[in-house]
Amino acid sequence: MLPDNELPIEYPKKPTVLRKTKGKLATLLKEIKRNKVSYFFIAPFGIIFIAFYVLPVLISIGLSFTYYNILEKPQFIGWQNYLNLFVSDDLFLKSIKITFLFALFTGPISYLASFLFAWFINELPRKIRTILVVVFYAPSLSGQVFVIWGIIFSGDQYGYINGFLMKLGFISEPIQWFTNPEYMLTTLIIVILWTSIGAGFLAFIAGLQTLDKSLFEAGYVDGVKNRWQELWYITLPQMKPQLLFGAIMTITSSFAIHDVIVPLAGFPTTDYAAHTVVSHLVDYGTIRFEMGYASAIATLLFIVMLGTNIVIQKLLKKVGT
Amino acid sequence: MAVKVKRRTPNRSLYGDLINILVLAGFAMFMALPLVYAVNNAFKPLEELFQFPPKFFVRNPTLDNIRDLFTLMNSSWVPFTRYIFNTVFITVVGSGIHMFVASLAAYALAKHQFPGQKLFFNMVILALMFSPHVTAIPNYLIISKLGWLDTYLALIVPAIAAPLGLFLMKQFMEQIPVSLLESARLDGASELTVFRKVALPIVKPALMTLLIFSFQSLWNMNGGTFIYNEALKTLPTALQQIVATGFSRAGAASAIALFMMIVPLSVFIISQSNVMETMSTSGIKD
Repeated sequence: MLPDNELPIEYPKKPTVLRKTKGKLATLLKEIKRNKVSYFFIAPFGIIFIAFYVLPVLISIGLSFTYYNILEKPQFIGWQNYLNLFVSDDLFLKSIKITFLFALFTGPISYLASFLFAWFINELPRKIRTILVVVFYAPSLSGQVFVIWGIIFSGDQYGYINGFLMKLGFISEPIQWFTNPEYMLTTLIIVILWTSIGAGFLAFIAGLQTLDKSLFEAGYVDGVKNRWQELWYITLPQMKPQLLFGAIMTITSSFAIHDVIVPLAGFPTTDYAAHTVVSHLVDYGTIRFEMGYASAIATLLFIVMLGTNIVIQKLLKKVGT
Repeated sequence: MAVKVKRRTPNRSLYGDLINILVLAGFAMFMALPLVYAVNNAFKPLEELFQFPPKFFVRNPTLDNIRDLFTLMNSSWVPFTRYIFNTVFITVVGSGIHMFVASLAAYALAKHQFPGQKLFFNMVILALMFSPHVTAIPNYLIISKLGWLDTYLALIVPAIAAPLGLFLMKQFMEQIPVSLLESARLDGASELTVFRKVALPIVKPALMTLLIFSFQSLWNMNGGTFIYNEALKTLPTALQQIVATGFSRAGAASAIALFMMIVPLSVFIISQSNVMETMSTSGIKD
């Protein structure tokens, strides 16, 4: 039970089993046979996963090289969809800008906020902790509650914000929070941030519960002075798996913003001021039924997320050093 | 200070604790605001729902909205309890199998070494990043080829392999000290026993978190694209059918919003108090 006093616990993968399966089929088969328990463990998930997640993604990537209107058979057209996206689709280029804008403003803030809230909450006595976790996660819990913001920011004088501002005399005319391109993005970012304390936050909460307490004691002995030092040198290094989880969940959600926009700002938004890449994709996929084109958009978005993911993983390696 | 903070550690200044509580309290209000509003709205009579200037809290609480909802429910084609059964069945079975299957795979990915391991895990992460709007059509084709349209299978089976669950569990399983597993193996335990008796209890906070993710997504599952048989439709689909949007239904709509929230909220509260529970008893130790 005695802890070794090295702070960052990492359990490096033992290189015992894989001694480079260098193309030799025989050795590979032997390895597979030797590890059959592992494959049995993975099989139930793996088979379903491949059938319902991997296969559809591969089909979609394939479709991105075709013209496919769902009714007729897909026709192979090579890189045409990708070419059109960059050469003749101004709206797509605009949507990229908007998507990055949303991602830049909501991603980092929601990631940091999720962690800080989780960490702050963890300092409190148990009962209060439970209540606060519920309160902070509640916006994510029910998928549709955010439409309440539609009433709060409602564009007529019945909206809370408008009613309030008019009563105080700041404005004489109600502001169209969700339809005026001037205010739309800010209002939407507020709502998106509100809904973004989600999967990452809960993973952080759970992660803070599984920390090795003895490391903290060792830290006091070694002269950790305040909570911030403790956070950086003891807590964070232990939470790398959760930090990675939170980061990837944040990337996937902040680059795929769309579902929140529709009920609040409509579809499409005024002047396409909040038209994201996913909005563009939904437009082509489910309204114009140009699945090949929509698949090309999805594939590009996928590549962008992938790139961001690689950058973030590199950054996370620096935590606690 | 109303809340006495128990000093777990010497590294805490009183000011820090105070600021901590103030910050949290402020944000908690911001986070809870629309929820309080949702609860209040469910009990507002129609004239208050459209009052100007709008009031946050209900003045004359009424159960009219809830009564409206029940009247609407009774006018449905199949008994309303049937929808509730469908959703409860799908949610319970789906979440249960998903939690087991995802943890099992996560355990192997985190604690075994075998060819294809990295590839598989990378596929799981990549699957999270591909837009579901696009995969919906291939998904539909696969499910119809399997002949699963109009069955529970169409909703339950894909949920079993949700990549989020495996990713979450794998991240937590990674932290389990190998020595714990080794000593169990030396005692002659089979891998399955090691998984169930040693690994799973340690990652209980993660498991409880996964429960809420899975429960939430299945509970809110619409399934309208796969299920056409009225008797097999889920609760969200049914509710959507009932509430045609419009002013006269605004009351029933606010009651529904509250109702759809209460069940996952209760599960969440129970699972979270379990997450907190484990704190006092365990934590990962070598």
